[in-house]
Amino acid sequence: MLDTIVNFLTADIRTATPLLLAALGLVFSERAGIVNIGTEGIMLTGALLGCVGSFIFKSSLMGAVFAIAGGAIAGLIFAYFTVTLRSNQIVVGTAFNIFAIGLTVTLNRLILNGVKVNSYSNYPIPGLSKIPLLGRVLFNWSVPVYLAFLAVPVCWFVLYRTNTGLKVRAVGEYPKACDTVGINVFKVRYAVILFSGMMSGFAGSFVSMGQLSSFTEGMVSGKGFMALAVCVFGNYSPVTVLLAALLFGASDALKYRLTTTGLGSYYQFLNMLPYIITIVALCAFTKRSNKPAFSSVPYRKE
Amino acid sequence: MPENILEMKNITKRFASVVANEDINLSVKKGEIHALLGENGAGKSTLMNCLYGMYDSYEGEIYFDGKLVEIQDPKHAIAIGIGMVHQHFMLIPVLTVIENVVLGLKENKEILDLNSAAKKFTELGKRYNMEIDPWVRVEQLSVGQQQRLEILKALYREARLLILDEPTAVLTPGEIDSLFDMMTKLKNEGQTVIFISHKLNEIMKICDRCTVLRQGRLEATVNIEDVKNREELAALMVGREVELVVEKNPVQLLEERLVVKDLCCDNDRKLPAVKNVSFEVRGGEILGICGVDGNGQSELIQSITGLRPVSSGQVFINGVDATNCDARRVLDLSVSHVPEDRHKFGMIGQMNVEENLLLVSYKEDRFAGKGLLKWNIIDQHSKKICDDFNVKTPSIKELAKNLSGGNQQKFVVGRELERTPRLLIAVHPSRGLDIGATKYIQAQMLKQRDNGAAVLMVSTELDELIELSDRILVIFEGEVMGIIDQKEASRETLGPLMAGVR
Repeated sequence: MLDTIVNFLTADIRTATPLLLAALGLVFSERAGIVNIGTEGIMLTGALLGCVGSFIFKSSLMGAVFAIAGGAIAGLIFAYFTVTLRSNQIVVGTAFNIFAIGLTVTLNRLILNGVKVNSYSNYPIPGLSKIPLLGRVLFNWSVPVYLAFLAVPVCWFVLYRTNTGLKVRAVGEYPKACDTVGINVFKVRYAVILFSGMMSGFAGSFVSMGQLSSFTEGMVSGKGFMALAVCVFGNYSPVTVLLAALLFGASDALKYRLTTTGLGSYYQFLNMLPYIITIVALCAFTKRSNKPAFSSVPYRKE
Repeated sequence: MPENILEMKNITKRFASVVANEDINLSVKKGEIHALLGENGAGKSTLMNCLYGMYDSYEGEIYFDGKLVEIQDPKHAIAIGIGMVHQHFMLIPVLTVIENVVLGLKENKEILDLNSAAKKFTELGKRYNMEIDPWVRVEQLSVGQQQRLEILKALYREARLLILDEPTAVLTPGEIDSLFDMMTKLKNEGQTVIFISHKLNEIMKICDRCTVLRQGRLEATVNIEDVKNREELAALMVGREVELVVEKNPVQLLEERLVVKDLCCDNDRKLPAVKNVSFEVRGGEILGICGVDGNGQSELIQSITGLRPVSSGQVFINGVDATNCDARRVLDLSVSHVPEDRHKFGMIGQMNVEENLLLVSYKEDRFAGKGLLKWNIIDQHSKKICDDFNVKTPSIKELAKNLSGGNQQKFVVGRELERTPRLLIAVHPSRGLDIGATKYIQAQMLKQRDNGAAVLMVSTELDELIELSDRILVIFEGEVMGIIDQKEASRETLGPLMAGVR
């Protein structure tokens, strides 16, 4: 029984990590009024580039660097279209997703072809990982997992206690007002999209190199969209986003648990579980939303 | 020390092919309250937005404190000591007061110290007699408080020249008085204020000098002391003599045309917006509905005209129960409706004038038969309306959005009045119009009244209400505060009611 619980919780954290990483980035871009539905594509690109970096340099660290750099470039392109050219964010995001499918398939077949690469290895924390049960659940992970969870308080602090965070929150609510007090709306939006792209790229690399160690085509399979849902369900705030990511992870872990039971033949139904839980939960909590007033509205200086 | 804190020389500002400001010279003395007067579209806001760096470029020179400055963005304007309170407040509703105050300050440390900022802000508030709790969210403040916050926000940034863009438009008479007290206090503290307005009374009351703009050009700069009366200012603003007083015939009351009984309805957020409102309007009279914007006027009119569900109560139009009827049925009861926002509800900008004129009557036999429109007859009819109602348009095929606001409103009014309604509902009929167009529309409404129509008019302009209405209903937070006869109506009697004091 204890083993079951431990396995369940580790599975929860493992699935929650990429969602959490991407969603924390999205908290910032969403708060500044950007809806980046292209997160799915950026994560997929990150998953591929992570493997490419790791393959070339035989190092998972270089994989992470590749994935983050790829996310950054994708973010800048997205920002150029949506902020500078004021294109519709949903359309550009969708284009990103479709483009990423083709790009990753092509590069995969050119470079990787399913080759095994160095994955993120676990670093048990000395001492702490020896604690019974808790040690196995919390302190026996690879670096991206620790980073994801440590990023929660950091992101919270930045968003609510710093000048940068105040600007980010203000820009999504009323960009023109920000302009009148001398804030460069375009700069803030470029910065949050860049950050969010890097986080999504990093999150993608964890999908391919976290537990697995190779890239398979289309492997992100909706995790980018789930990260968006986590961000919304977590009410655009880091701490609640953490809880949302864990809830999504839990329903995913539950799915795998149930697959091994007699319910396994209802596989498609089990796949729906995370989303059903989201919808029910969203209906249950109808408190004040932090959704910014100028969400997905491009800013135009007169 | 130079006497003029601000000198703007030969300022020209173009938008694509339109010249919004042409060769304007403005000088403002240190420590004065300087009015910027002009009709809508005269270029007042454009000129001030140039000064505040809201545009990428302008032609001409700006001297601030005697030094030539080139203001690229608001950041720069703030840095040299210019503060602007925009007509639409530049506040972020979900942030707290103090977060709004420090937002964008260049001396902010990366980790914000809101406590000491709040202390400084509270002291500043005490000094100017306008204290606001720094820790509440802005959305919890009243409009008057938000305006005070905007002023304090500018003072916190050490503004020495404060631009107030139509600050009185959103205030009750009581709040206007305290705004004027505050402006006097600012002046006594050595601050300079530019006061943008088109309300002549206010300028006569509070300002030292006045610069008048007309059609993007400088008309004159005058000392208020030397101005004899407000007609003189009006003439400068419009460019010809204007009759400001409306001639009105005595009332000839007919039967009840609109009866509203205990009407309640909700706003878009499902909160009660109109609470147990009852009144009646008879043929031959104008009932004015008076109140600060957003006190349920829009919802009330929408529920009468079938655009919003009535939650309880009844509406009778020309003797017929019209509660929760659809808009078509209401119009068929001989009702004309000049809606509040002509761009949203009154016209379709992408369609031409002729098509717009047909919007209400396209179904009638005289214009349509066998599923086809009779364009010959429609053409004649449209030309007649344009002639009758003085609509200036290159042709009836011109797109409605290309007409000026005044001409748009004239054809909307023309379309509605051509049907000789028994009940006319007009919401903000003169909003955004110049004096000429305003007077014309008002005259048309009086003509309808004299011909026996019942007129229900919603306005936020007290002068308009007092001049035109036979009775005035004051609404506050969705409740009727009282119905006052024109004879007793004045700023003094209406003001407290508008603020919810009986």
